[in-house]
Amino acid sequence: MMKSLLSATCLATVLLTAAPMLASAQAEVVYNRGNDTDPTTLDHHKTSTIAEANLMRDLYEGLVAPSAKAEVIPGVAESWEISEDGLTYTFKLRNDAKWSNGDPVTAGDFVFAYQRIQDPATAAPYANMLYPIVNAEAINKGEKQASDLGAKALDDHTLEIKLNAPTPYFLQLLTHQSSFPLHQKSVEQFGNEFTKPGNMVTNGAYMLEAFTPNDKIVMRKNPNFHDAANVKIDVVNYIPFEERATCLRRFEAGEVLSCSDIDNAQMDYMKEKLGDQLHIAPYLGSYYLPVKVNKEKLSDPRVRQALSMAIDRDFLANEIWRESMLPGYSIVPPGIDNYPDPVFLPYKDMDILDREDEAKKLLEEAGVKEGSLTVELRHNTGENHKNTMTAIADMLKNIGVNATIVEMEGTGYFDYMKNDGDFDLTRAGWIGDYSDPQNFLFLFESANLGFNYPRWSNADYDKLMAEAATTTDLAARAKILRQAEELFLKEVPAIPILYYSSTALVSPKLKGWEDNIMNQHATRWLSVEN
Amino acid sequence: MLTYVLRRLLGAVPTMFVIVTIAFFMIRLAPGGPFDLERPLDPLIMQNLERAYNFDKPLWQQYFIYLGNLAQGDLGPSFTRRDFSVVDLFRVGLPVSIQIGSLSMLIALVFGTLLGALAALRQNSWVDYMVVGTATFGITIPTFVIAPLLSLLFGVLMGWLPAGGWGTWKHMILPVVTLSLPQIAVVARLTRGATIEALRSNHVRTARAYGLPTRIVVGVHALRAAMLPVVSYLGPAAASLLTGSVVVETIFGIPGIGRYFVQGALGRDYTLVMGTVVVIALFVIVFNLIVDILYAWLDPRVRYD
Repeated sequence: MMKSLLSATCLATVLLTAAPMLASAQAEVVYNRGNDTDPTTLDHHKTSTIAEANLMRDLYEGLVAPSAKAEVIPGVAESWEISEDGLTYTFKLRNDAKWSNGDPVTAGDFVFAYQRIQDPATAAPYANMLYPIVNAEAINKGEKQASDLGAKALDDHTLEIKLNAPTPYFLQLLTHQSSFPLHQKSVEQFGNEFTKPGNMVTNGAYMLEAFTPNDKIVMRKNPNFHDAANVKIDVVNYIPFEERATCLRRFEAGEVLSCSDIDNAQMDYMKEKLGDQLHIAPYLGSYYLPVKVNKEKLSDPRVRQALSMAIDRDFLANEIWRESMLPGYSIVPPGIDNYPDPVFLPYKDMDILDREDEAKKLLEEAGVKEGSLTVELRHNTGENHKNTMTAIADMLKNIGVNATIVEMEGTGYFDYMKNDGDFDLTRAGWIGDYSDPQNFLFLFESANLGFNYPRWSNADYDKLMAEAATTTDLAARAKILRQAEELFLKEVPAIPILYYSSTALVSPKLKGWEDNIMNQHATRWLSVEN
Repeated sequence: MLTYVLRRLLGAVPTMFVIVTIAFFMIRLAPGGPFDLERPLDPLIMQNLERAYNFDKPLWQQYFIYLGNLAQGDLGPSFTRRDFSVVDLFRVGLPVSIQIGSLSMLIALVFGTLLGALAALRQNSWVDYMVVGTATFGITIPTFVIAPLLSLLFGVLMGWLPAGGWGTWKHMILPVVTLSLPQIAVVARLTRGATIEALRSNHVRTARAYGLPTRIVVGVHALRAAMLPVVSYLGPAAASLLTGSVVVETIFGIPGIGRYFVQGALGRDYTLVMGTVVVIALFVIVFNLIVDILYAWLDPRVRYD
């Protein structure tokens, strides 16, 4: 008690003496920024959520960085060379890259970070993002030493990375927070405490000032950032809003300048009241219904295709999701990089009534009599998931298929799916980590037990995916991946129904917000106008 | 009296032990774990994580590790907020919840008793009907309706007060009002009923017969007796108010500890849930004790020795 009283007095004194100084300086530009939720941690090796990615993008800069439009632009690396075979990347680091404490950012900081994320003791959930690097996987499994990693500092400003296979999306991958550097000295000095305000040293446009859980994370402009001259916002307050309606109210009251997500239930209100402050943009994500293919009643692809045909995606997107989702006819969302000629379910543009007739025919061919098939639709708790399943149950009735609905609470649901729990049809969603079709198609490789809920196993599909992994020519690779998706859409072990879109509220005072498919909006590109 | 308090405090130890034990095993019964996310982890990475947090040990071993740490005041690391220990989280959140909770409590007590006594003295008048009517209304409207309404009205439409957030005294007004409204209503109703009864009791009649002024009769003798049911209600109510309200904290974006119970339970943050259980249990035990002590003071017939 005594101690806190004392520190309160000290603080008051500091504030009193500091106040006149602040007043004389130019007013700070402060940006109150809504975020989905608080981070699990600020140790970027242990992060995985989108809310965390937003924070990390401001705190750190990787070898490459996303532009305001989420295109890959030089970051700490000012240039790079890729060897002919696509296996060796040599990055030239800029001389003026500095940490927030003034230390230079060196190739060694990247090597240290890349070794640490693979260390089994770090237990990094996204260690596998960097598995394309030579020996990364073996180190993460504890089979090899950290020093065996295929990332070497040739000198302070030259970093060489060797890959197992040509990985055309490697640069995209380097914009992900798992590939950001770490300030070796402070991490070693403070151990688990290195993310505390005061201890944390970062190399991005911002540095950590304070973190009050459930309240806000305060970041201040990093004066040592190489592009600091063009960073216009002085302080960013990241405010977590698990309740999206709360963010809307504070946005309307002018207390926050942007919300990272919206409450779909209030879509009509927002459309009417907020006009173009409401941003809805295509997003790198798919929403689909995995089907238990090894169950006898669902083992015939014709039956699965019939179920898929009967689902009116336009209704789901427009009526249930109030246009916060887009109708989906493929597993790889459109607009993705390295995929010039996307493939869709053949009945994408067919009228729903014709599709129902077609579906009935397919069921008949497969020997399923009208009313004889009952499927269970399983979903995790969520108002929109529930409504989606209810609507689908109604749609299936139109082709003579009965459906029951089972709801499960979130955490238990994912555990159940991962452990091959019993279901007929269930729901799942996937947001891409990098803009490449491989990041969606790998979900259904037969060896991918964590994500392949249907436990679909197709040798041809696996072969195509393996072939794509070793093909350097981007055009040829895109063709192979397209074949794989074509095969997937013919078999429909999971029925694609929607594409995600990103939704945000952006105040007219906030300038520089560019909608993009990655939904990445680093604060360094934004400015506030009054 | 002192021996009584000591005896009660000692008796709290086995109670806490039983609560902790039941809670520890119950939360483990829930399917899934803290690392089961929408995107499942690589089995290898999962193993690394489980090892790092002792989850690979048998449950009884984890239980004894937890008890050992608890005895030293260590509530363990949080799984969903890994930059903080559970104690860290409470150190930041508890003062916030206590500030809001105690203010609401105080307001409820002052306004509730005043209104209740007033209604009792003017029984069956329009004042009485107003108080009882408003109180019934106040009890029936849930906080998750009042909170957004107040925020919308005073924060968005009028712009007089912040719509949410935490920092200055202005940020406290709407949450405190939201929390105290239903409490005022309950306290007013309890006070009214008890005062009416007390006014008819022998000791009040005696006081009147002695010719004491009404002010003393009501203010000292009747109200003191009327406070008994209020106090027994306020004990547990204070415990729950001071440990934060999930609804109010979520809707106004307040960094108290009320949200941790729900966030912890949904995220299977075992240690955070356990920590919240321990804190709430402590508050309930302490406030029940305070109620019993107040009883002895308010009602001369109650003796503990």
